[in-house]
Amino acid sequence: MAAQVVTISSGKGGVGKTTAVANLAFALALDGDKVACIDGDIGLRNLDVVMGLENRIVYDIVDVIEGRCKLRQAMIRDKHLPELYLIPAAQTRDKNAVSPSDMKRVCDELRPSMDFILIDSPAGIERGFRNAIAPADRVLVITNPEVSAVRDADRVIGILEAEEKHSPALVINRLNPDLVKQHDMLSAEDVLDLLGIQLIGIVPEDEAVIVGSNRGVPVSQDPKSRAGQAFRNIAHRLKGQEVPFMDFGNKQSGLWDRIQKMTGRR
Amino acid sequence: MAWFRRKQSAESAKERLQLVLIHDRTDLTSTELGVLKDELLQVISRHVDIDREAVQIDVEHDGRTQRLVADIPLRSVTRRRAG
Repeated sequence: MAAQVVTISSGKGGVGKTTAVANLAFALALDGDKVACIDGDIGLRNLDVVMGLENRIVYDIVDVIEGRCKLRQAMIRDKHLPELYLIPAAQTRDKNAVSPSDMKRVCDELRPSMDFILIDSPAGIERGFRNAIAPADRVLVITNPEVSAVRDADRVIGILEAEEKHSPALVINRLNPDLVKQHDMLSAEDVLDLLGIQLIGIVPEDEAVIVGSNRGVPVSQDPKSRAGQAFRNIAHRLKGQEVPFMDFGNKQSGLWDRIQKMTGRR
Repeated sequence: MAWFRRKQSAESAKERLQLVLIHDRTDLTSTELGVLKDELLQVISRHVDIDREAVQIDVEHDGRTQRLVADIPLRSVTRRRAG
C-alpha cells in the first residue's frame, strides 16, 4: 500500500480549503480508506476544530519534525472513524519551523500505512504553501465563483505549472445555482473557461456545511446534504471512479456536455 | 432597468477577469501591449504597406495557453501601381 498525497490549496483565504479537507477525509474514511490529514497552516491551526478533534491534541507536526515525539504519537484518531487521523499544525510556532523536505519526510513515513494523505495548505503563495505542495502527488485548487478567488486560483495554478506539479484539478466551492441563473454569479463553465484546468468537483452553497463545522462533524457524513454529496463525489473521483457531475439547473443547455468534455482534457 | 443591470454582473466579472488574467500570466500591462502593437506595426510597415485601420492585435487564450494573435491586412501593391 502506498498512499496518494493530495494537497488542497487556493491562494485566497476563506474559500473553503479546510472544510474541503475535512469533508474529503471523512468521505474517504467512510468508504473504508485509511486517511491521514495534515494541517499545513503552522501558527493558524484550525483543521482540528473543523474535524471536532481540538480537545485531543498533545503533539503537533513541529514536535514530530523536531524529534520531540514519534509520528504515531502526533496522529490523532477520529472519534468515529478508526481509519481517520489528523496531524495538527503547531499553534505557537511560525511557518519557518517546517521546510519542504520536512513535509516530504513526514509523508514518506506515512505513505506505507495509508491510502490517502490530505494536506490542508495555508492561504498565500509563500513558505507554508510551498511546504504543502512539496510532497503532493496531486493538487486540488479550490475556488469560489468570485473575481478575487478566481484570480488567486490562477496565480496558484501558474506556480504549480512552473513547479511542474502537473495537472492540478479544480474544485468550485459555494456555487449558488439561483445567483447563476440570475446571471449574478460566474457559472461553473465561466470559471473553467477562465482557469483552463481539469474539473474535479462543484460544491453548491449549503447551510449544512456551517452547521457541520459548528458541531465538528463534516457534512459529507450527512446523506441529505447536497454539499455532502458533492464532497463524496469528489472523494470517489480521487479514487479514479467516474461520477457524473451534479446538475444545478444551469442556464445553458449542453453545459454538462461541455464540462464533461473539458474535464476529459489533459 | 434593474433586470438589465442584474444580467450584467456575471458577464462583467468574466470580462474583467479575462483581462486581468492575461496581465497576471504574461506580466504585460495594457499600456505595454499598446506600445508592443505600435512597434510591431512600425517594423512591418517598413517592408509592406498595411491597412492600419483594420489591424487587430490581441492576446487570446485557449485553456492555459496564451497567444498574441495579429490580423494585419496588407494593401494591394497592384492597385497602388495602377494608381
